[in-house]
Amino acid sequence: MPTEKTTFTSLHTGGSMTQVPERQSRLSGFVKTLFGDRLSIALTLISVLIIYAFVPVIDWALIRAHWTVASPAECQSGGACWAFIGAKLRLILFGLYPPEEQWRAVIVIVLIMALVLLTLSPRFWGARLLLVWAAGIAVMLVLMGGGVMGLPPVPTSKWGGLPVTLLLAVLSLGLAFPFSVVLALGRRSAQPVTRGLSVLVIELVRGLPLVGLLFVAAILMPLFLPPDWNIDKLGRTLAALTIFAAAYLAEVIRGGLQGLPYGQTEAAQALGIPYWRTIWHIVLPQAIQKVIPPLTNTAIVMVKNTSLVLIVGVFDMLSAARSAATDPMWPAPSAEAYLFVAMIYFVICYGIAAYSRHIETDLTARSHS
Amino acid sequence: MTLAIDVSGLNKYYGNYHALRDVDFSVEERQRVVICGPSGSGKSTLIRCLNRLERHDGGRICIGGIELGDNLRDLDAVRREAGMVFQHFNLFPHMTVLENCVMPQVLSRKTARRDAVERAHAYLERVHILDQATKYPGQLSGGQQQRVAIARALCMQPRIMLFDEPTSALDPEMIREVLDTMVDLAEGGMTMVVVTHEMGFARQVADLVVYMEAGEIVEIAPPDRFFDAPQDERSRRFLSKLVTA
Repeated sequence: MPTEKTTFTSLHTGGSMTQVPERQSRLSGFVKTLFGDRLSIALTLISVLIIYAFVPVIDWALIRAHWTVASPAECQSGGACWAFIGAKLRLILFGLYPPEEQWRAVIVIVLIMALVLLTLSPRFWGARLLLVWAAGIAVMLVLMGGGVMGLPPVPTSKWGGLPVTLLLAVLSLGLAFPFSVVLALGRRSAQPVTRGLSVLVIELVRGLPLVGLLFVAAILMPLFLPPDWNIDKLGRTLAALTIFAAAYLAEVIRGGLQGLPYGQTEAAQALGIPYWRTIWHIVLPQAIQKVIPPLTNTAIVMVKNTSLVLIVGVFDMLSAARSAATDPMWPAPSAEAYLFVAMIYFVICYGIAAYSRHIETDLTARSHS
Repeated sequence: MTLAIDVSGLNKYYGNYHALRDVDFSVEERQRVVICGPSGSGKSTLIRCLNRLERHDGGRICIGGIELGDNLRDLDAVRREAGMVFQHFNLFPHMTVLENCVMPQVLSRKTARRDAVERAHAYLERVHILDQATKYPGQLSGGQQQRVAIARALCMQPRIMLFDEPTSALDPEMIREVLDTMVDLAEGGMTMVVVTHEMGFARQVADLVVYMEAGEIVEIAPPDRFFDAPQDERSRRFLSKLVTA
């Protein structure tokens, strides 16, 4: 190894010795980067065109924009009407949730973010964290729904906006996870019945569009269930999202299981560690570590998939923004509304991506063999 | 006195391949048995049958008086009796060296964590690797990893130790440290079954050498007789091919 390294370095220095770079001023270096060869010239021109195309956007979004207005009519003069977002912020963020009770929705959002932040640190990973989550979710549902401890009841049909988006995303991923583990293990099982059932469920769900599943859950299911089985629409929507996420997660996790050397479970067996404890403490931590990029992918896709629930009439953040934009008082503010919501989605999804990058470097730092 | 290991009429097939043929062999308490033979002779299969990492297809296996079968409680008891060390160490890469020794005790015996840590410290000390306790397995050399694996198995306080080619995956300069650990263990009176190509080790510590070929036990003899006056033609041929014996 050392000899290889030295030859490589000497070659490298030898190479650069032959073409001593002439001292360039910073400006000429810059010009060379921009127009040095045909490809650079082409790329420079394309970039200039793109920037030029954005001038009207910037003009609309920033320069001619209305940030505060006395009346909606002021927005008619063109330019982005950001004042609209300010005026409709509560409707977009909380939907039809009764305004005087919206402090409860704010607490729910804060709680979710706190729990997510807590989960970000591997230090807290373990069974206790699951209990904290379960308790947290229970508190959130009580807060949102009310009807106890002097909180006025708010039916789920009135829930809306960001809390619904966050609850659907977090709950569908969280609930899907145990199912996906069982499905992934089942698909690798030696027993034909278990394997067959897992394959059937995974392929069936993956073969259906999410919109179709949502329709079945929200609209068709009540027709087939006995009339006194009154399962909430939000709950049924969540079930559809959960099943959908489980099928995708199962395949991701199966990939991680396949990458695990067989010796790991053998060692656990020889040490007498029971099956499910082996799965939980030995197999899953390693399998998940191997599939962080596709897991991130699925998580991001699921966050965005929650927006599809508007099709079955669940009032998530996107639906709330849409209905805010239909207010006839304001001149066509839908672009602003959608951009605002897009920004929130982007912040959430980019956060997930950034975190996964961070955790990946963290784990590889252990330099396991 | 019950035998530590009592195997009779053992047969094992992989599909049509007859991996073990009517194997009979027994190990007394505190006895050290070395199993050797050419690759494919079934020695690893045999040792892996002893704690049911492989199921056997015929015959009886008794470990400490417990017969191996489909009864899960008995299997648990057998795995409690017998610790195993693998060719490729099979340490858990996501846990530190200390956790590798602590977690299995907590997970399979429900040992209180404090006791488990104490025991882990003691055995890591015994294999001279306590100073690496906070590292991850990937940060250790092969020899160090195998010593951790031995400590991990010892933490379960087995009465028998099974070694499946413990030095075969090691660089030559690391074989000594692992063998020294095993010799130390043998001198402490541990019942040991060792599948290995290290004939020096066999000579030094074995009470019996078992020679296998093509799934059969060809010869069982004390090391001096096996190495100096092998009875069977096949053992003689095997020994003549070894560079050192």
